Amino acid sequence: MEAINRFFDGDVWYSFKQSPITIVAAVFALICILAAVLAPLIAPHNPYDLAQISLINSNLPPAWSVGGNASFLLGTDQQGRDILSTIMYGSRVSLLVALCAVVIAILMGVGLGLLAGYVGGRVDSIIMRLADIQLTFPSILVALLIAGVGRQFVPRDLQDSLAIYVIILSISLTGWVQYARTVRGSTLVEKSKEYVQAARVIGVPRWTIMFRHVLPNVLGPVLVIATLNIATAILTEATLSFLGVGMPSTQPSLGTLISEGNNYLFSGEWWITVFPGLALIVMVVSVNLLGDWLRDALNPKLR
Amino acid sequence: MLAFIIRRLFQAALVMLAVAFVSFSLFNFVGDPVNMMLGQDATPEQREELRADLGLDKPFYVQFTRFVGNAVKGEFGLSLRQIRPVATLIKERLPATLELAFCAGALALFFGIVMGVFTALRRRGFISQFLLTISLIGVSLPTFLIGILLILVFAVTLQWLPSYSRGDVVQLGWWSTGFLTTSGIKSLILPSITLSLGTMTLIMRLVRSEMLEVLRTDYIKFARARGLTNRAVHFGHALKNTLVPVMTITGLQLGAIIAFAIVTETVFQWPGMGFLFIQSVQFADIPVMAAYLVLIALVFVSINLIVDLLYYLVDPRLRIERSTAGH
Repeated sequence: MEAINRFFDGDVWYSFKQSPITIVAAVFALICILAAVLAPLIAPHNPYDLAQISLINSNLPPAWSVGGNASFLLGTDQQGRDILSTIMYGSRVSLLVALCAVVIAILMGVGLGLLAGYVGGRVDSIIMRLADIQLTFPSILVALLIAGVGRQFVPRDLQDSLAIYVIILSISLTGWVQYARTVRGSTLVEKSKEYVQAARVIGVPRWTIMFRHVLPNVLGPVLVIATLNIATAILTEATLSFLGVGMPSTQPSLGTLISEGNNYLFSGEWWITVFPGLALIVMVVSVNLLGDWLRDALNPKLR
Repeated sequence: MLAFIIRRLFQAALVMLAVAFVSFSLFNFVGDPVNMMLGQDATPEQREELRADLGLDKPFYVQFTRFVGNAVKGEFGLSLRQIRPVATLIKERLPATLELAFCAGALALFFGIVMGVFTALRRRGFISQFLLTISLIGVSLPTFLIGILLILVFAVTLQWLPSYSRGDVVQLGWWSTGFLTTSGIKSLILPSITLSLGTMTLIMRLVRSEMLEVLRTDYIKFARARGLTNRAVHFGHALKNTLVPVMTITGLQLGAIIAFAIVTETVFQWPGMGFLFIQSVQFADIPVMAAYLVLIALVFVSINLIVDLLYYLVDPRLRIERSTAGH
C-alpha cells in the first residue's frame, strides 16, 4: 500500500499526468492489451470455431456501409470470419511473440553485457566485436535471414506449428545488441564505484557481486529500451509474417491478416487489410509514445 | 591509417567466411542433395557415384574450400525451382533492384535534405511542425503498410499508377532498364516512394538537428557579424558542415534501403532480388537462398568499408588528429 502511495506521489506519475499525449497513448495501449488478452471472452465471434462461421457471411463490408451487417462491425473476410474478432485474436499472437522476443533478448543482452563489462579483457572484446558486426546489418534483414534460413532446418510438416519459436528466436537474436551495449557501459561505470570495491574487499564472490550488486543498478535504461523494442518487435513480426516467413495462416498474427487481406485489395474488399493495419499502427504508435515518455521521465538530466 | 584499413579488411573477410559457412551448411544439412538430384529409387551404386562426383565423400574442410572457391567464381549451381543457373537468375533480377534502390535513395536524399534545411531554418513555422509530426508517424509505419495504403489509394481507387511489376523494360545488353518507357517510369513511382519514406524522414531529422547545432556555433555568428547574406551563411557555411554526418548515415542507410527493398519488392511484386529471395524461402530453393545470403553480406560489408574510409577522407579533422597523435 505504501509503495502505491509513493508511486502516486512520485514525479514519474506527475510527469505522466502532465502529458496529455502520453495519457491518450496509455489508454490506447491498454485497450489493445485488454482486447488481446481477453479476446476469447469479449470477442463478438470466435473466428476459428468452424461451427460459428458461415460462408453466407463472407466478404461483408463494415456495418456502417451499404450491405453491412450490424453483428459484424468491421465486416468479414472471404471465409465469413468477423474482422474485429480476427484482429483481437491476431493482436494476441502479435503481442505474445513480441513480449517473448523482447524478454529473451533482454536475458541474452543483459547477461552478455554484464559479462563483457565486468569481466573485461578478451571476453569483452569478443562479445563487443560480435555486437559491432551485427550492427552493420539492419535488424529487419538479420531477422528475415534467420527466420528464412531457420525454417529450412525445421521438417516441412512441423513448420507451421514450430513457426512461432523460429520467429521469436529470430527477433530476439536481433535485439540483444542494444541491451548488451547499454548494460556494458553502465557496468563499467558501476564497477569502479566504492560499493563494488568494498564488496570485493570483504571477499564477496565475483558472480555474487555481478548479479546481486551491479545488476540492479544497471537495469534502469534497460526498461526504456525494452518498451521501445516491444514496438519494434511487433513491427518486425508483422513484416516477417507479411513476407510469408512468420506466423502461418492457421495461427495468424496481425501481419498474417494484413498479408492475406492484401490478396483481396483489388476486388474491392479493402477492410480485410486496412483494419488489421490500423490496429497495428495504433498499437505501435501508442507503445512508441509510452517509451518516449518513459525515457524522458526516467532521465533526471531532462527535468 | 594503413593499420585501420587492414583491420577492417580482416574483419570483413571474417564476416564473409561466417556467412559462407551458413550458406554452406544450408546446402549440406538441409535435405539430402543426392536424394534431391536422383530421386528416391536410385540404386546404392548410383548414389555412391554421385556422392563422389559432388565431392560429398571428402572431408568437411575440403568441401568447404570448394564451396568458397565456387562462390568466389559466382557458381551456386542450379535453382531447384527454375532449373536454371543461380548466377543467371540473379543477373536478371539485379537491374530491377538497383534501379529501385537508386530512385528511392535519390528521392530520400533530395527531399530529406530540403525538408531538413527548411524545418531547421523555419523552426517555429506551421509547415515545419506539420512535417515533424508527419515524420514521427512515418517512423512508426511499417514499410509494407505504406506500400499497401499507396496501392489502395493510387492504384485501386484512383487508378493513376500501376501497382505491380516493372512495366515495359528495354534491354541494354544484359541490363534491363525501366527508365526508357513511360510504363516503366510509372511503375517505378509507387515502389520508390514506399522505399524512400523511412530513409527520407531519418535524413530530414538528422539534417535538421545538425543544422540547428551548427547555426548556434561561433563561426556562424561571426559570419553574420561580417555582414554575409543569410543565403551565404545558411548554404555556404552551415549546410556544408552538416553534410559530413549526413553522408555517413546516408551510406549506412543505403544498406537499409537494400534490406527494405525485400519488403517493397514483395508488396509490389517487383521482379528484383529481394522478391527472388522471398520466393526461394517459400519454395525451399536452397541454392538461390545460399547465393543471396553471400551476395547481401558482400554488399553490406563493402558499404561499411567504403563509408568508414570515406569518413576518413572527407573529414579533415580526423586526419589531423591522427597525424598529430603520431608525432
